[in-house]
Amino acid sequence: MKRGARIGIFAMLLGIATALVIMTSMAFLRSEPITVDYTTAQPKGQPVHLTLQTVSAIGFGDNPNWVSYLAESPQGKWVHSTLWDLPAHTTIDVTLYQYDSGGPLRNQERGVVQGVKPTLNGKLFSLIDSYKGNGVGHTFSIPRLGINVPLAGVNGNAKNFCNAAPCPLSDAHNTIKFSFTTPGPGQYRWQCFVPCGLGYLYGNGGPMSTLGYMGGFLKVVA
Amino acid sequence: MASTIDTPIAGRHVSTRPAGGLGLNRYQNVFTAFVVAAGGYLLGHYIGNVIGSGYVSVQGGGQNDVAIVLALTFGALGWLLGIGALNYPLAKLVGASPEYPPTEGGWMRYFRFSLDHKVVGMQYVIATLLFLFTGGLLAMAIRTELLNPTIHVLGPGTYIAVVGEHGTIMMMMASSLVIGPLGNWLVPLMIGSRRMAFPRVEAFSLWLFTAGYMVILTALPMGGFPTGWTGYAPLQTQAGGGMDSYLVGFAIIGTGMVLAGFNLAATIVTCRAPGMTWGRLPIFVWSVLATAALLVFATPTLICAGLFGILDRTAQTAFYVNEHGGSSFLWENLFWFFGHPEVYIMALPGFGMVGEMLPVFTGKQLFGYKVGAAGMIGVALLSFFVWQHHLFQSGINPDMRPLFMLTTELISIPTGFIFLVGLGTLWKARMRMEPPMLFCLALYFNFLIGGITGVFLSDVPVNVTVHGSFFVLAHFHYTIMGGLVFAFFGGLYYWLPKMTGKTLNRKLSLAHFWVMFIFFNLTFFPLLIVGLLGQPRRVFEYAQRLQPLNDFASVSAYILGASFLIFIANFVWSIWIDPKPAPTNPWGSRGLEWQVPTPVPAYNFEHIPVIVSDPYLYGVPDAPPVADFGGASSPAYAAALAGDTAGDGAARSE
Amino acid sequence: MSTPRRSNDLRTMVTIWLILSAVLDPVYFWVIGPHMPPGTMTDSAAGQQFDINVLVVTALPVVLAVWVYMAYAVINWRASKIPADTPVFVADPKRATRIQVAWILVTAVTVMWAFGFGVYELVVPAGAGGGEGPNPVWTPTSKNILPIQVIGQQWLWTYRYPTFGGFETTQLMIPNNTEIAFHVTSLDVIHDFWAYQLGVKADANPQEDNVAFTHTAQVGRFTVRCDELCGIWHGAMYDYGHIVPKATFYKWATSTEAKLASQTKLLPPFAWIYTPDANGADGGYYPNNVVPYNKTELYSSQHVRITQYGAKNS
Repeated sequence: MKRGARIGIFAMLLGIATALVIMTSMAFLRSEPITVDYTTAQPKGQPVHLTLQTVSAIGFGDNPNWVSYLAESPQGKWVHSTLWDLPAHTTIDVTLYQYDSGGPLRNQERGVVQGVKPTLNGKLFSLIDSYKGNGVGHTFSIPRLGINVPLAGVNGNAKNFCNAAPCPLSDAHNTIKFSFTTPGPGQYRWQCFVPCGLGYLYGNGGPMSTLGYMGGFLKVVA
Repeated sequence: MASTIDTPIAGRHVSTRPAGGLGLNRYQNVFTAFVVAAGGYLLGHYIGNVIGSGYVSVQGGGQNDVAIVLALTFGALGWLLGIGALNYPLAKLVGASPEYPPTEGGWMRYFRFSLDHKVVGMQYVIATLLFLFTGGLLAMAIRTELLNPTIHVLGPGTYIAVVGEHGTIMMMMASSLVIGPLGNWLVPLMIGSRRMAFPRVEAFSLWLFTAGYMVILTALPMGGFPTGWTGYAPLQTQAGGGMDSYLVGFAIIGTGMVLAGFNLAATIVTCRAPGMTWGRLPIFVWSVLATAALLVFATPTLICAGLFGILDRTAQTAFYVNEHGGSSFLWENLFWFFGHPEVYIMALPGFGMVGEMLPVFTGKQLFGYKVGAAGMIGVALLSFFVWQHHLFQSGINPDMRPLFMLTTELISIPTGFIFLVGLGTLWKARMRMEPPMLFCLALYFNFLIGGITGVFLSDVPVNVTVHGSFFVLAHFHYTIMGGLVFAFFGGLYYWLPKMTGKTLNRKLSLAHFWVMFIFFNLTFFPLLIVGLLGQPRRVFEYAQRLQPLNDFASVSAYILGASFLIFIANFVWSIWIDPKPAPTNPWGSRGLEWQVPTPVPAYNFEHIPVIVSDPYLYGVPDAPPVADFGGASSPAYAAALAGDTAGDGAARSE
Repeated sequence: MSTPRRSNDLRTMVTIWLILSAVLDPVYFWVIGPHMPPGTMTDSAAGQQFDINVLVVTALPVVLAVWVYMAYAVINWRASKIPADTPVFVADPKRATRIQVAWILVTAVTVMWAFGFGVYELVVPAGAGGGEGPNPVWTPTSKNILPIQVIGQQWLWTYRYPTFGGFETTQLMIPNNTEIAFHVTSLDVIHDFWAYQLGVKADANPQEDNVAFTHTAQVGRFTVRCDELCGIWHGAMYDYGHIVPKATFYKWATSTEAKLASQTKLLPPFAWIYTPDANGADGGYYPNNVVPYNKTELYSSQHVRITQYGAKNS
């Protein structure tokens, strides 16, 4: 074989290897959930409406029986994503539909509201006793902003209990509303602090340990 | 007896034996191995689903660990079956005559089950390089994520998966990096043997190693594992399916390590040529012997710990779950009981190689040969008594802290011997600045930083500040990469001309060295500081004030990564595209392996050599040759037999 | 082939090494040393800083010795600089043995010095800020200790103040000029409480009370990070604590105790360790110690007692 031919073969193999590496990397990056963009939904400075729901089982995808958050895109479509682009220094009006059932919290500290003034079905609240009623299903917490909102669960035996996302408003749910102001640009972790990954040790595996289910980022952009 | 030791060898090798058994070996190669492995994987998965799908945990989480573990185990078994590694024991089992794999077959023999230690050695070179470059690519991903303290490229889940995969792949690779390729290739040649003590075990450990590589890679599509290479429980018990790849993969690699260790120790003890006394054993062989002891005694702990982890995750036992009577400390202790000897598994062979090369390139005798060998044995012994220094802040009994501080600091005394040997050999030398020599000098430079930072870590009060930080990370990269990986590449530049028969391009070799050396230090020295300034390991978010140092380290890391492309280019160019034949002994070495023709014949030595003098008599006027290759007719041979110096094993080596 | 007893090479090396060490060691100790991490916010941090500095001063001459030697060798003893007919240096065996013995002695003495000093720095400042497990052996001599329980959970720190009714909060406030006992535990996997500027580090293990002591010396903000990989959000598991004057602390603690009274009632009674429900979402954490919490008998050692901490004590 001539030298030129060998160089050619090697270049080809190198190309294939590089392509494989790039394709694998891309596949990984794409395995992350998509980001929902709320920055262009409103004129600059106007409050942004963020509508979320929690469901007991997502019902589709690789892990149909995992609990999950969903977000409503500005176009009014429910998206399975926990990554949101939000404008900086802007009021975010959050409407949260809790469709999942609840129970006693592992750590009652998470039953205390921090950082915001939320309403549960129209009534202000600052603490949920998770031993009473249907308990707490999830929380919506942004640790770096000092925000913690416990989400009261619905009756798990209700006839119209929602079993697969996206859940319609006709199913049993609680409505939690609150507002907060975004800080300067950066990526801020938000997550649920209720160990709701059933079937995993301490309830913190599975959906609690996978981006796109029970935690994500507020991607605050200027 | 005389007739057995001096049997003419030409044409005697295994290929002339009748093909016993089913004669399957000649049809088996990596492609059949892939096919059978895939079949095994599917079968295991199916069985696992039949057994395990009723578990409550499976129903809740939708994840069946029984199926994953069985699939990976059966897949690995299929790989061994498909390559032909099990033909011999299976034939024995049914009473058929044993089978001898073919030795001929050009380049295709590198893709087959082979019993020639030189073929296995080259297979190991390729396998470990594949491991190394895979891990290296993952390191690039880590540094990319750390370019910005709060803007994320990978996201937390992918980042943790990449970190764990990088660490595990690199640790698996590094524990075989020298022992596998160079240990297998060189040890028989260096001690004057025609083969390893157990050629089938040797090949088996190689194919286990490759199986482990594939098993650990399967973690990525399953979402990786969140525990890093240390696999701490109970996070291990909580983790997703990728964790099974970690546990099964480490068990497979660990089994290969134990087998390789036994084989190397047996070879060194029993297969030495006549006259190869313990006092004449090359220093590299001493390092391999010390490492083999560590492999044999430390690794079983890891395999057992992994088995407990697999049982916790599948059969719902509770070895590591406190709430059910287990203990999270159990894994920490078992893991580090293996893990700290493991660190020296990754250091000693590097010391040995440097000790082998320095005399050649300084043209001097090795200074303090006995001290060097003693140092390696001392390090190996002490390494079993230091493991709790990883657990200083963990909440174990504080009474133990001074003891483990002492043992850890004591280990710097035998490590100091290695420095004494190196520095003493440099005294008034005539240094030839060839690429292997540069890598040797770099090892001393890097390992000094790695060793000194190790003393800081062993000091309990300082450990409070630096435990679990980037300081630790930079410390062990300085010892493992700065030590072992530098020694490995030095060794490749030194021995590849003998292994491949081709001369490597000197300019590219030098370019590789300088880029790698400079940017290795520019990557990891800033990371030492970053750790001291408070950045914990394995985080995807860090303090804003540490961004400049992190970015500097990232850019340096990219260039460090690129330096390996120079090596690949050099390797491919010199070996394949524009090959230039290498002389038999280009460096003027007295090593036994350099006295045989290039390429080395399948039988190594036509007559078993008789070792007549010390290996490092460089610059000694009228120094006798290292060995007599004349066979039974030579007077040295009769003298060696009469003196009964070493070679009872050699006499038996067919 | 002669081996000169006194070689110029050695003298040159030793001179360079002595000068470098004599300059760099003091420069490090007095110029850089006072700024070394983790600072002087507490006595354990200051102790660690001093320890680092002493080790650097010890290590620097060792590093310089090797570097000077190697640099000298690389510059002077390369083949291109030495005529080919120069006889090769062969070491005198007796002299070689003496060098080896001397080397072993010097390294052994250095190691024993590092060990002795390290033990002193570990024992005297009550464990040097590291987690000592449930039965600490090196305890502070102070009679007034403020205990703070640090609870690690995936992926958040919470803090309980047993001497203030056991309220639990995400805020970490500690008073200045006070002996603090951090009781670190976990509700799930292993975490590690690393209060960087305090010089405190202790693993948070489930069902284990890991105690670390420190004595605060300066007011200010400090970083708390998780230092043991605990899963996906490990990198985001950090917050900030504050050392404040005693009066400020007392005011904060009593007002928080009152404010969180309704929540504290829902918490389990204060205990050193808790048993979480290992299997999933439901259920709280339960106290799990045989002896109920007692304000006066805290450690197995008798001389350490705890008193209700208040502004009056200062």
